Amino acid sequence: MSDTHSESVRFVRETSLPPAEPPVAERGIYKWGRENLFATPANGALTIVALYVIYLVLSGTLPWLFNGLWTTNSLSECREVLDGRTGGCFSVLTERWNQLIFGFKYPPDQYWRPMLAFVMMLLAVAPVLFFDLPRKMLIITALFPFTAYWLIWGGTILVPLVALLGVVVGYIVYSRLVTQNFALGFFGGVAAAIVFWVFGGWIVDSIGVANPMLEAVPSRDMGGFMLNMMLGVTCVSLSLPIGIALALGRQSSMPLIKWMSVIFIEFIRGVPLITLLFVANVMLAYFFPPGSGVDLFLRVVIMITMFSAAYIAEVIRGGLAALPKGQYEAADSLGLDYAQAMRLIILPQALKISIPGIVNIAVGLFKDTTLVSVISMFDLIGMIRGPILASTEWNGVYWELFGFAAALFFVVCYGISQYSQWLERRLATDHR
Amino acid sequence: MTTLTDPPGSTFRLSMLLNDTRYRSTTLQVIAFILLMSAIFYLYSNLATNLREAGLNISFAFLGTPAGYDINQTLIEYTSQSSNLRAAFVGILNTLLVAFLACIMATIFGVIAGVLRLSKNWLVRKLMAVYVEIFRNIPVLIWILIIYALMTIASPSPRAFRGDDATASMILDGAAITNRGVYVPGPFFTRGIGGEDGSVINWLLVIAVLIGSFVVTRMVTARANATQEATGVRPNTLWTNLAIWFVPIIVLLFILGLAWDIPELKGFNFSGGLKVGAPLIALWFALSIYTGAFIAENVRAGIQAVSKGQTEAAAALGLRPGRVMSLVVLPQALRVIVPPLISQYLNITKNSSLAILVGYADITATLGGITLNQTGRAIECVLLLMAFYLAASLIISAVMNVYNNSMKLKER
Repeated sequence: MSDTHSESVRFVRETSLPPAEPPVAERGIYKWGRENLFATPANGALTIVALYVIYLVLSGTLPWLFNGLWTTNSLSECREVLDGRTGGCFSVLTERWNQLIFGFKYPPDQYWRPMLAFVMMLLAVAPVLFFDLPRKMLIITALFPFTAYWLIWGGTILVPLVALLGVVVGYIVYSRLVTQNFALGFFGGVAAAIVFWVFGGWIVDSIGVANPMLEAVPSRDMGGFMLNMMLGVTCVSLSLPIGIALALGRQSSMPLIKWMSVIFIEFIRGVPLITLLFVANVMLAYFFPPGSGVDLFLRVVIMITMFSAAYIAEVIRGGLAALPKGQYEAADSLGLDYAQAMRLIILPQALKISIPGIVNIAVGLFKDTTLVSVISMFDLIGMIRGPILASTEWNGVYWELFGFAAALFFVVCYGISQYSQWLERRLATDHR
Repeated sequence: MTTLTDPPGSTFRLSMLLNDTRYRSTTLQVIAFILLMSAIFYLYSNLATNLREAGLNISFAFLGTPAGYDINQTLIEYTSQSSNLRAAFVGILNTLLVAFLACIMATIFGVIAGVLRLSKNWLVRKLMAVYVEIFRNIPVLIWILIIYALMTIASPSPRAFRGDDATASMILDGAAITNRGVYVPGPFFTRGIGGEDGSVINWLLVIAVLIGSFVVTRMVTARANATQEATGVRPNTLWTNLAIWFVPIIVLLFILGLAWDIPELKGFNFSGGLKVGAPLIALWFALSIYTGAFIAENVRAGIQAVSKGQTEAAAALGLRPGRVMSLVVLPQALRVIVPPLISQYLNITKNSSLAILVGYADITATLGGITLNQTGRAIECVLLLMAFYLAASLIISAVMNVYNNSMKLKER
């Protein structure tokens, strides 16, 4: 370049102009709306259809929701007050609240017991779900099954106490023997606990407390949403260890154990839960010793646990299969035996991979606990279809009751699935 | 697993049964076998004792005795004098019917919702997310009950269609949605083969012609492909194929004299036409819309599993967006979508057992419900019921495995 410009050009701009605003159509809500709602004619048509659908749904439900009555005593009274206007009779929920939550037979003056058990459950589950909480809270988790049993069923405190002591005895035996051999420790611990329970049960029976601290409530008096929660929590927590055992059994190199696991899993997965509930209802009692009188709740728990254990086993098998073979070989080359390799290397990783699947199964199982209403147990749906819709006051209140049940299940299940997604992000240790 | 072998010991000690890898697995299996056998023996002896005390026995003779109850919706001929076995067959057919219908409808719902969840349209995307979350997180049992209530309580009774001031009217003067079920025009043949009883033959004829058309169009397409391979010019097959599809079936239907039996309001109810009961509709729709939400997630995951490079490569080759979807993305996405899709079909089949809630006479309601209660043969009925579902599941899984093997990426 020569210097000629200094002569020929009179003015040179030294700073650039500030950029002009984009045109109105290219910024802010216009741009967003054009790109996301009306990009093409077909897209615009879709938007309009979607808006119409939203309008239909909201115009149908909102007046019903906001005009709703919460304080009347019967459907006819509610209809009188509404006087032809659209509105829901939500007073069925307030009036029958206790029945919906606890069933219709649980003694009303004892409602604090399941409520306390529910609060304890939240405390017991918290340290399992959130790793940042103090580890000492796991003590609550360990004590929870026994206290919750005592709170909900009542009766003598000796029963849960003996159960707890049996577990403690089993653990002591296990920790003594496990230094020699895991299998020896495990089976020794189980055997010690069973022996303790048999003797303890015999002693409790012979003492026989006349005036227990908490009034005993039989299982058939449980109902409402409480029953769904009880079944869900019990069966999921029981089926986890069984599912792990089945998954390991299916991977086993021992043909007998492998085929036992395969047949069990495939059989359970091949039949609907409702037939298993039929088994619990009409058939399972024949398989217990005469006069043992195992009640329906326990039979249902057994069948649902078997059901979910089979599904959880398949999820965990997926996790086991997803682990690179190098992990198994690494464990072998360190000289670990089978139990050590599984406990220290394989299962922690495999379970981590399977967590989303296990949570899905748990959500599905919790939803499936409503099926017990088919075998005339009065869970939330059973209460709605049975005593509440059949009563003279509330005969014909469908939408409010089913809507309530749907909302309750939605909140719980959606919450669990959101937790699962959070956990998945939290546990993602690989670098992306 | 451990494959090490210990050096051969000099003498055999009892502890070697558990500690020596040569014997351990045999020992454990023998223990497991003994435990299993004793458990079976224990359960069996309990069963035998309990049955003896209750004065019962295991016998399947009840299958041959008259059922003694009516079934409102049957696909095969059935009266209350028919045997329990026939009632069970009616139930099986009804199960298969609702499962088949629900599979088709759920696939339609699921594919639409899954594709729309990936739409560029924000509103539609969010709306579909809401649909999927709401339906996946609420038990199917509640959906069945809600939709059944919609069908029976919120629909007008046949009476509402009557008179000059009718509050309800028929759709296109042909179909009516009432609280007793949905009435639609029913097709029948005026010049059918074999008169009234021959109607099945006529339908089989129609199906045979459709299958024949399908086979011939496949052959035409194959020939077109061969021509294209050989000469590079693809013959236009559109009109040929359309003709092959439509001409034979229209001619056949004309020969057989297809006519429509339109439902008419007579007295207090509709008569004529095809009545689809409210329980079937409720179950069908509830299962479809609930499973559709799950299928939508499968479809979305499948489409997202196809890497973006594939779409871009196809675009770089100059394919139009529609061809990109049908030739590049979908074939690869299907490989991911189909296995979970089939397990959803399995779920539909198993969930159709909830029919008992709304009084649809499927196998659970006939064999596991009324027959069980009337004969008191609980063990036999439940066993047969489980055997049916197990067989259905195993057949569907077998089909799935065959399909998976044929679709698997052939790696060399």
